[in-house]
Amino acid sequence: MKHATVRYQNRVYQATVDDANALTLSDGTRLNATDVTWLPPASGTIFALGLNYADHAAELDFKAPTEPLVFIKGPNTLTGHNQVSVRPDNLEYMHYEAELVVVIGKTAKNVRREDAMQYVGGYTVCNDYAVRDYLENYYRPNLRVKSRDTLTPIGPWMVDAADVADPHNLTLRTYVNGELRQEGSTKDLIFDVPFLVSYLSSFMTLNPGDMICTGTPEGLSDVQPGDLVEVEVEQVGRLANRIVSEAAYEQMLKENAA
Amino acid sequence: MKKARILQNGIIKTVAVDPSGTPAAEPGHYQWLPATEGTYIGVALNNRPLMNRLAPSLQEAPYKTPPKTPVYFFKPVNTHNAHQGVIEVPADGETAYAGAALGVVIGKQARKVMQADAMQYVAGYTVVNEVSLAETSYYRPAIKAKCRDTFCPVGPWVVSADSVDVTALTLKTFVNGELRQTGNTADLIHRVPALIEYISNFLTLEPGDLIITGTGLRDVALVAGDTVTVEIEQIGRLENTVVAEKGARA
Repeated sequence: MKHATVRYQNRVYQATVDDANALTLSDGTRLNATDVTWLPPASGTIFALGLNYADHAAELDFKAPTEPLVFIKGPNTLTGHNQVSVRPDNLEYMHYEAELVVVIGKTAKNVRREDAMQYVGGYTVCNDYAVRDYLENYYRPNLRVKSRDTLTPIGPWMVDAADVADPHNLTLRTYVNGELRQEGSTKDLIFDVPFLVSYLSSFMTLNPGDMICTGTPEGLSDVQPGDLVEVEVEQVGRLANRIVSEAAYEQMLKENAA
Repeated sequence: MKKARILQNGIIKTVAVDPSGTPAAEPGHYQWLPATEGTYIGVALNNRPLMNRLAPSLQEAPYKTPPKTPVYFFKPVNTHNAHQGVIEVPADGETAYAGAALGVVIGKQARKVMQADAMQYVAGYTVVNEVSLAETSYYRPAIKAKCRDTFCPVGPWVVSADSVDVTALTLKTFVNGELRQTGNTADLIHRVPALIEYISNFLTLEPGDLIITGTGLRDVALVAGDTVTVEIEQIGRLENTVVAEKGARA
């Protein structure tokens, strides 16, 4: 089963999504995917992994870490499916990052690796954009890069964990304007899903709705205003969003406020 | 004017606090809650004595140069804790340290705010004990050190912004009644209006969000059995007891 959070006629609903992407709202209303505004499918603490694919670590000229490199993102950075992400002006390089996201299903503290999958509620997809110009070499990943408004599209929905037979054998792909730019597989994760749940729960309580963005494989490239960026994780979903300039975004906000 | 969040009879309430520090609760038992609920954003390396001590090491590998822009981190919801709450330190004996800091509570949505206007977005101030294990690295997000359950007591209350000037307030940290550290908000490198400008430039601040303006040297170790109190003049005294973490995996 696929679960979404959507806005329809100025109200927020929980919805289920069928295989043809038609929605059924919590009150029984049936809608098409284009009738609603897609919102992030989960709400909680957002963890993100740096350098969790060996190929990507090599691409950035880093040695693969021996302990997970985890950072936290603020709720301000999330947007839903079919929304926009702002590319700041006067930049050299902003890139997408296709990621499998683990959504916690029940409270987890001190969970053993062998029990960890019981605490996974489901999976979704995120695009963990990064503005490389704002990385200061050793003080990273900083919030100015990784917790910017609009720069973490997530969704479109959450797929129940039971519907994904093996989360460690899923192809990830990124398309920019329809062109395949990034491809990898979750089989190359350095720290896998049960390890990450167990690791994080060894020093903090994970709550239902918490999200673990598991990292991205190699294949990064720059994106520009106007680009349509789609990140896809096999068996989970395909998340689309469009890059806009700062000026276009400010104009959008003004129009929405009017 | 002081306002606190309390839990009484299963209901979360925001109530006024009288000058003696008593919240306007119904008769009977109540529990203090974190004085604000929202996103907690910490500012690292924002204290002059701390930077003076670290300055030589920040010229060396892997840093090679001090940070050009402020370094931020989050204290997620599992860390949020209240006045008179319990701080759980690792059962294996790894040392936790107190982190006295002035907390700035946001009053209205702040996006791309300039320093000159920043104070309009501040609802008030509170006391934060930004607890952490030893920080061995400032260039990687040390969530294992900083994001442990209970590691961010905030309170007891929020003092309204119009009733206090926070540019030079003394911070004191006591353990079991003994004064262990003194600091001053004048030691902040990036001050409150600047922080609001920098942060709101890329991250929209919402009402209730908290900026933890910066901790000093990590000199005050906390061990099970201690009572730790962080006091900021004109703001309040935040008191917590320290226990060994329970339920650690055998």
